[in-house]
Amino acid sequence: MTDALLTGDLPLPAHPDYLRDGTSLTSWLTTTDHKRIAILYAITITIFFFMGGAAITAVRLELFMPNGGLLTSDAYNKLFSFHGIIMVWFFLVPSIPNTFGNFLLPLMIGAPDVAFPRLNLFSWYLTIAAGAFTVYALLAGGVDTGWTFYTPYSTMFSNSHVFAAAAGVFVVGFASIATGVNFIATTHMLRAPGMSWFRLPLFVWATYATSLIMVLATPVLAISLLLVMAERWLGLPIFDPAQGGDPILFQHLFWFYSHPAVYIMILPAMGVVSEIIPCFARRRIFGYDFMVYALIAIAGIGFFVWGHHMFVSGQSPYANLIFSFLSFVIAVPSAIKVFNWTASLYRGQISFEAPMLYALGFVGLFTTGGLSGLFLASIPVDVHVTDTYFVVAHFHYIMVGGAVSGFFAGLHFWWPKVTGRMYPESWARFAAILMYSGFNMTFLPQFVAGYLGMPRRYHTYPPEFQIYNVMSSSGAAVLALAYLLPLGYFAWSLFYAERAGNNPWGASGLEWTTTSPPPPKNFDRQPRVDRGPYDYHPEGESAGLNPPEVQNAREVR
Amino acid sequence: MNPIFWLPEATSLAERVDHIFYGLLALSALTLLLVFMLVVVLAVRYRRGSAARRGPLPEIVNREFEIGWTSITLFLFLFLFWWAASADLRSLAAPADALEIHVVAKQWMWKTQHPSGAREIDALHVPIDKPVRLLMTSQDVIHSFFVPAFRVKQDVLPGRDTEIWFLPTRTGVFPLLCAEYCGTDHSMMRGRIVVMRQQDYAEWLTQQPEGDDLAHEGARLFVARGCSGCHAQSSSVHAPKLAGLYGRTVQLSDGRQVKADDGYIRDSMLQPKRDIAAGFEPIMPSYAGLLDDGEVQSLTAYIRSLAAQTGKADD
Amino acid sequence: MSEATGLLREPWESFERQSEAGTLGIWAFLASEILFFGALMLTYTVCRIENADAFAAAGRATNIWYGTANTAILLTSSLTMTVVVQATASGDNFRRLILACLTVTAALGTAFLAVKGFEYKDDIEKHLVPGAQFALTEKSAQLFFGLYWTLTGVHAIHLTIGILLVLRLALLGFRRRLELDRNPEIRVTGLYWHLVDVIWIFLYALIYLPGRAS
Ligand code: HEA
Ligand code: HEA
Ligand code: HEC
Ligand code: CUA
Ligand SMILES: [Cu+2]
Repeated sequence: MTDALLTGDLPLPAHPDYLRDGTSLTSWLTTTDHKRIAILYAITITIFFFMGGAAITAVRLELFMPNGGLLTSDAYNKLFSFHGIIMVWFFLVPSIPNTFGNFLLPLMIGAPDVAFPRLNLFSWYLTIAAGAFTVYALLAGGVDTGWTFYTPYSTMFSNSHVFAAAAGVFVVGFASIATGVNFIATTHMLRAPGMSWFRLPLFVWATYATSLIMVLATPVLAISLLLVMAERWLGLPIFDPAQGGDPILFQHLFWFYSHPAVYIMILPAMGVVSEIIPCFARRRIFGYDFMVYALIAIAGIGFFVWGHHMFVSGQSPYANLIFSFLSFVIAVPSAIKVFNWTASLYRGQISFEAPMLYALGFVGLFTTGGLSGLFLASIPVDVHVTDTYFVVAHFHYIMVGGAVSGFFAGLHFWWPKVTGRMYPESWARFAAILMYSGFNMTFLPQFVAGYLGMPRRYHTYPPEFQIYNVMSSSGAAVLALAYLLPLGYFAWSLFYAERAGNNPWGASGLEWTTTSPPPPKNFDRQPRVDRGPYDYHPEGESAGLNPPEVQNAREVR
Repeated sequence: MNPIFWLPEATSLAERVDHIFYGLLALSALTLLLVFMLVVVLAVRYRRGSAARRGPLPEIVNREFEIGWTSITLFLFLFLFWWAASADLRSLAAPADALEIHVVAKQWMWKTQHPSGAREIDALHVPIDKPVRLLMTSQDVIHSFFVPAFRVKQDVLPGRDTEIWFLPTRTGVFPLLCAEYCGTDHSMMRGRIVVMRQQDYAEWLTQQPEGDDLAHEGARLFVARGCSGCHAQSSSVHAPKLAGLYGRTVQLSDGRQVKADDGYIRDSMLQPKRDIAAGFEPIMPSYAGLLDDGEVQSLTAYIRSLAAQTGKADD
Repeated sequence: MSEATGLLREPWESFERQSEAGTLGIWAFLASEILFFGALMLTYTVCRIENADAFAAAGRATNIWYGTANTAILLTSSLTMTVVVQATASGDNFRRLILACLTVTAALGTAFLAVKGFEYKDDIEKHLVPGAQFALTEKSAQLFFGLYWTLTGVHAIHLTIGILLVLRLALLGFRRRLELDRNPEIRVTGLYWHLVDVIWIFLYALIYLPGRAS
């Protein structure tokens, strides 16, 4: 990393932090520093988020009128497909794991980097290549299969660029697997002296559980897409009912990945929230070990509930019963988490900075979305509401209300660590509240519309649903504004905001013991860990106002 | 047209589904209230610097709390599962006397056919208070038959039959929607279900153009497509007689036993090599690609009609 | 251990842990691969259960001689690969043995691909590629061959990657650009090679044996 010197920069300070340690473009594009890779990812997913958002903006505009005239049916179908594909695979799946996970995992366990730094960079390039491919599919004419690629529509009937889109998702899957492998090895092999498994912060546990799912579920997505591509490109008749292909086999393969994938999207957000609530309540997290078991249970049971997406697909009614049962079972560990977050507030010293507002918003919205999941897990109710806006509302509550709120919570919380600058607090609080209200305005009416029978993926709809769609579209405008605000104030903060100290929140994690921004190798001295996470007060006490004693960094060799 | 703020309950099933739905709604509202109240009350009471008591934690042990609420939710969830699943199980099998309607879906229309042979497009007339069973298949991609007012939905698959049934309890016109994304005009694939009083339905049927009765159509095809060459009484080919077959249990050559239902008969025509009736050679040719879905349904209806008249020699 | 430090990479401080991490990583990746092929074989199984006769008939149309020869070739290559791995692990500087066995392994892999190529050529001439001119009339035979091409194709891609990895090791070792003793990369490559082999054994049973049992 001497090219900054070679290119004739000013003399460097004794310890340049990772941001200033080489400033040329190549130094960024060839970096193996996990923190820089995290930033590359952050930029990438932000772009994808706004692309997906722009697509759905057109959709929501169209849905103002029952027979809208803005878009053709084909354009409409391509837009929501693009939205789903981009938001799921190019925004939400890589969002928290690849940005915060990359940035924080080594910092939180006291390591200089991830286990395979070059693999880490490679995985980013894969993501970029895949994204380019998918965006090409959009510009070259679009895909109209929905994010689910159901056969035989996708294989035999769609006239759109299914191949390119599927190829893009296929490739980004490998990026996901590579990241998962990397994180698993890092967590196992690079923990600092004294950092035992039950001293790991919950965010690390969440990333670890997520990585397991990534490694074990993603290959099945790869296969299902590969078969679709083979059928489209080479004409191999794998899902062709006329050739004896099974009409719902693809759905089994797809959901075997995609149900666990929803936990890829929510577990990291749960991890983020589990860091933030203790910090702003100055409390130990309530029931740490139960929180760990719950994470692992969700990751494990998550592999066995995929059939709840197929209650009306024509699968055996007995299979339906089993999947329904397991879907209820998997809600138990989620309930444990909700109750523990709430209980962590008891006898705290709570303050309400933006990260905390987002985190509390997360708890409320995730609970709402999760409870609506119970409706869907009940077969007779699901038969009525499946493939309606009820489902759309369910998953946006969890994925946007939950996971995206979690993402923003983390973004504000670790912004000082990542950039070394504070963000403007009142703007951030305003944006948080705006997001919360805009979100509920957008998606609450969709529950009602769905229950009354408005199917999803409908370009035109019976006029009695108009009122709900108008509410929803207006809410979406507020939501869009709330998402644009942070762009502005974060950019401002990069240049003008006050500098953050090492530990502006008085948090207890290892990542706060190093400088903000951290040096290239994270810690000037090897940290040694001698206590659990969230050590905000002595065991058996309530919260106090003193900042926690931080883990001490000392030379161990 | 449905009203804007509520959904009519137009079948026996609808009421049961709504009970569960409202039960879940109440429980969810309570839970949500609990969580919100807890968050708000705790957040206000323990805001930083407030005068609320802190000090050493009371002796109520973490672990008991934790196990307590875990088991309470687990039992609640088991109860919910039992409630919903038993409702589902009760409504699985259609009553034997159900009116049988055939539905063929294609991009982007619904074709329905009554037992009398009367056909409709994007519409279905049914009598009130009489169970109706739909046998559905698709000619292209997956569609889904959805009548919100009835609380029924079932995907309609290519290359396979699926079925649902309902018992209309209220007259009126109810929207029929396609709920599984099926391409460009998915959202236009709508129709209406007209529930009529029984005598109105009977009258409506007589006014329909003399559609070929399904079974008659099947009988015609049975000769035209050469089935009778092997299966007729007079034939010299050693092939099973089909009278009385429907609904019977068939012994297969590999030792399995299967019930001769619609699916079995359909497979017998399209994939005859799969289930060979015991005592026969697998010489029946496959008719896949030679018969379209409508024709398969007609032939099936014909074979079914033979079951009713056992004893009488087949044509 | 002086030669071992030459193998030390960022961010590791101990060579032992670095090679342990490499092994852990490759096992995680292999788990992923197993699900990849597992899903594909499951697809095959479901289709076969639903179309048993057609699959038996189509299975008889495959060329079992090529398949069997390839099984022998690939199993032998696993043997030479094992020798490589054992020799590096012993740390007794078996440089020539390692290089020779690496080369043989790559050569056997290439031989497999060559035989596969002849088999493909044969299949194409016999019109066993699904499409308008497909040779078999059984209804679902095309489905079998759809899966045949996918399974063998995906396997061949994996094998090609394996060959490239082995060649890379051999080449770097030859030019003394790579420390061969105790190099974790060799063990990692070996594990990958064996997985590709094991998968072939399953494919052999799935593709060539149905319909030939009695
Ligand atoms: C991050 C994403 C995410 C998460 C975490 C979940 C979580 C859950 N989901 Fe969801 N789901 C999706 C994303 C997600 N889902 C998506 C994207 C789809 C649609 C895909 C498509 O078709 O395009 C979908 C669809 C979907 C369906 C299929 C609907 C259909 O198409 O017909 C079902 C059915 O069972 C379901 C159920 C559940 C359940 C039971 C949970 C549970 O894990 C929830 C558990 C949480 C709680 C239950 C809340 C907290 C609990 C308490 C506070 C306890 C107290 C409660 C009581 C005592 C009642 N989901
Ligand atoms: C995973 C993440 C994710 C996220 C974050 C979102 C975010 C949003 N989603 Fe998305 N959604 C999905 C995942 C997600 N969605 C999936 C998987 C589907 C199913 C697709 C399918 O059926 O196949 C779906 C489908 C879906 C539908 C159903 C479409 C249909 O069935 O016909 C709707 C309708 O309202 C909707 C709305 C929204 C809205 C309003 C947001 C908002 O939160 C978005 C807010 C963000 C913005 C609005 C961006 C702001 C920026 C700008 C406004 C700049 C724009 C610039 C120009 C216009 C030049 N979504
Ligand atoms: C070449 C003679 C031949 C023709 C033509 C033929 N079948 Fe068959 N069919 C058989 C034989 C032999 C069997 C018994 C073996 C088996 O189960 O496949 C059979 C079995 C059946 C069965 C299952 C009966 C049972 O007892 O299990 C049905 C149903 C059937 N055929 C319907 C038809 C229909 C409908 C057609 C015309 C579209 C038709 N067949 C044409 C010879 C024929
Ligand atoms: Cu037919 Cu949607
Ligand atoms: Cu799911």
